[in-house]
Amino acid sequence: MNVLADFLPIVLRGMLVTVALSLGAMVLATLIGLVAAWGRLGGPRAVRGIVLAYTVLVRGMPPLVLMLLIYFGGQTAINAAADAMALDPVQIDPFTAGVVSIGIIFGAYLTETFRGAYLAIPQGEIEAGIAFGMPAATLARVVILPPLMRLALPGYWNIWLTLVKSCALVSVIGLQDAVYAALSIGRSTREPFTFMLVVMALYLAYTGLSDLAFRGLGKRLARGTRVVRV
Amino acid sequence: MYAFEVVFDHLPLFLTGLRNTLLLLVLSAIFSFVLAVPLALVVTRRVPVATPIIETVSYVFRGTPLIVQVYLLYYGLAQFAFIRASVLWPWLREAWTCLLIAFTFGTCAYLIQILRGAIEAVPHGEVEAARAVGMTPFQTLRIVVLPNAFRRALPNFENELIFLLHATAIASLVTVIDLVGAGRNFNTIYYFTYEGFAIAGLLYLAIVGILRLSFALLEKRLLVHLRRAGI
Repeated sequence: MNVLADFLPIVLRGMLVTVALSLGAMVLATLIGLVAAWGRLGGPRAVRGIVLAYTVLVRGMPPLVLMLLIYFGGQTAINAAADAMALDPVQIDPFTAGVVSIGIIFGAYLTETFRGAYLAIPQGEIEAGIAFGMPAATLARVVILPPLMRLALPGYWNIWLTLVKSCALVSVIGLQDAVYAALSIGRSTREPFTFMLVVMALYLAYTGLSDLAFRGLGKRLARGTRVVRV
Repeated sequence: MYAFEVVFDHLPLFLTGLRNTLLLLVLSAIFSFVLAVPLALVVTRRVPVATPIIETVSYVFRGTPLIVQVYLLYYGLAQFAFIRASVLWPWLREAWTCLLIAFTFGTCAYLIQILRGAIEAVPHGEVEAARAVGMTPFQTLRIVVLPNAFRRALPNFENELIFLLHATAIASLVTVIDLVGAGRNFNTIYYFTYEGFAIAGLLYLAIVGILRLSFALLEKRLLVHLRRAGI
């Protein structure tokens, strides 16, 4: 047990990296998802095509492959661009690479979530807003966003849980997260099971806490709506 | 691009990767399905003790990353002397065994939820009708409830299978040459940085395309009775 007490802080510090990574990636994914869903629904034909290609490509490949592709391919692209402009190439740090790649991956899944939620808003509500002469920004804030958030919540919740669990893959691009810490400590202390079990418990606590938070959020967003019971 | 010219010199490498990826996909899918059907039935019956245990274990599998489960088995089991001494050790120390166990249980945890929802969605009138014509409980299950539930769950099965395919990429992290592993070896041969992963990615995309197409055909055939007329 002593070994566990000695090394636990390192695993916990790794978990903090995971938490920061997941939150950063979810913010980025949400922004990408909103913009892409908007482009897919109302953009010109070319934009719609690009968004469609993005979602199909990303959702067709394993997150691990995309992570490797974005990390190594992105670095190669940056090097080539720096070469062309006769600048010193910038080395992407693994944390940024993690946030960007996970954000790009789950942005594609969220695009579909937001698109579905938007299509589920009764069209009459939006038309009523337009008939009142609301400017686009007011329309979006007052009429579209509240039901959009409520309708997108179940999908958003699911994708958040998948995103959190995908964060465990980032050690492959060199980020020193909880999994990385547990692997190296497990190897040197010859107790790999103990430390991997700790990581498992930490992830379970994280997903459990986020379930609680989402349940509360769902109740808030559902205020003023009637629950249909069959 | 140069990588796409030389890739044809390494077809056997990518074919090995493809074979291993598909093998992991098909075996884990079959094992998890066979395991999930009886477990889902236990869950829908709300059997005391058994149902809470299944629900809890399934929650743990759904709430933790698959890669952690794989590492726990592959690197972790060796920590215990009694496991190293057991007759199962020659199998348990293989990456393939650990992967199949983790994929099977990980997918099974989700399948139980899907099947439970589908079984509970079978209209009760159909079950009553089956009873009324004198079917035994087992016949009701085999002829009425399960076929109905499987059909309704088809779209979810499709998604789950694609997630499982994505998950099999983890195999490349524990020495198995799957598509990603083949891509990485390809990179090593030519000092490429990402090209092998791009080729692997395209192959995954092709598999997903084939899966989606097959399910679309299957749904068209099997879900005819659920389609609404006139829309």
